[in-house]
Amino acid sequence: MEEVPAALLLLADARLPAGGHAHSGGLEPAVTARAVTGLDDLRGFLRGRLATAGLTAAALAAAACAHAGVRPHRWRELDAEADARMPSPAQRRASRAQGRSLSRAARAAWSHPGLDALAAELADPHHPLVLGAAAAAAGGTPRQAAAVSAYGAVTGPASAAVRLLGLDPLGVHAVLAGLAAEVDDVAREAAASVEDGAEDGAGWGVLPAPSAPLLDLLAEAHVHAGLRLFES
Amino acid sequence: MGANHDHDPHEAAPAAGRALRLGIGGPVGSGKTALTAALCRALREEFELAVVTNDIYTTEDADFLRREGVLSDDRITAVRTGCCPHTAIRDDISANLDAVESLEARHGRLDLVIVESGGDNLTALFSRGLADRQIFVLDVAGGDDVPRKGGPGVANADLLVINKTDLAPLVGSDVALMERDAVRVRGGGPVALTSLREHPDAPEVAAWVRGVLHEARAAAAPVT
Repeated sequence: MEEVPAALLLLADARLPAGGHAHSGGLEPAVTARAVTGLDDLRGFLRGRLATAGLTAAALAAAACAHAGVRPHRWRELDAEADARMPSPAQRRASRAQGRSLSRAARAAWSHPGLDALAAELADPHHPLVLGAAAAAAGGTPRQAAAVSAYGAVTGPASAAVRLLGLDPLGVHAVLAGLAAEVDDVAREAAASVEDGAEDGAGWGVLPAPSAPLLDLLAEAHVHAGLRLFES
Repeated sequence: MGANHDHDPHEAAPAAGRALRLGIGGPVGSGKTALTAALCRALREEFELAVVTNDIYTTEDADFLRREGVLSDDRITAVRTGCCPHTAIRDDISANLDAVESLEARHGRLDLVIVESGGDNLTALFSRGLADRQIFVLDVAGGDDVPRKGGPGVANADLLVINKTDLAPLVGSDVALMERDAVRVRGGGPVALTSLREHPDAPEVAAWVRGVLHEARAAAAPVT
């Protein structure tokens, strides 16, 4: 069993001041559309998000973590790979806003050449890139970066569900515990997709790119909703 | 105003080269947006201003400020807080910082950026990472025991405003008692009594903010 650095746990902590609390990962528009009303719907929503947007982000985070220690940096190219995997402009904006915030928080906590280079190259990098570079700065591995990313892909919307629907937080955490093995599977698959790609960027083109058209549409619908409590 | 300008736990000026950031917090309905509008009207001729609103209901506050025509559209930004207004001003200030910095980037030199919190509870407080100074707004209709109970905003804000004094006789609140309790809880810190309905330009509060801005300007000026 590889060691888990305590620094890495900061990145998985919901109290990390990186703007995540104001994003629901598509859960708010799903609630508005009455697609999620209770724990069973929530479980389905989280499973779907994990297998699609979650896997995509986890693979990008793993790739970024592997790339953080390599010169020369090719952050712009990895950022373009992230762009290509997010068809909804609203999702791209949400990812970049959270990337900017996470970059601020991570750079306040750690000094790391990969993280600094990413901030120098891109004003608003996609969130998974920053998460991967921050995981490297915290002493984590690509597999661990993928784990933090996949974990956040379900815990963020779950927290939003507690706030929007008043769901029993104990019940929501039981749902999350029930999904833990699937989170592990996604993180493992995401990390494996990077091992073949090497650290220097070769193979980024074949990182996973599963699509979730309903999440894309919900993200776009949210922009025009009359009542929005979450940014995304 | 029960002012005591010696009582000031904060640093004298914001970081050089950027706007002073003023947080306005307080319970729902106490008059935060009306006060923000008043300050914009009173100060916009003398200073370069911008506003970030955090209202939980989409852009209600930002829309109000636009309707009132207190500032041009591009000087007002609305930030959503995921059902947790206090989180966005205290525990995780990143969205508000981003909004403030975008306004500064868009307008060049600004003197004052007001960050108006969404209506919240009595324990809400602005982080010093976000606000150089902060005003906490109560109103007499919320109960005249509120200042006595204290709490971080009531006790520690740089200025406490007790609004809607015109309603006191109608709701059975003792304004003098509120002021006494507030001054005691705040260790002599400044308290302003306002009726924004009767005096929509909040002259006392505007004077206080003007003083803070002049102080910041003086502190930022090069020493000769």
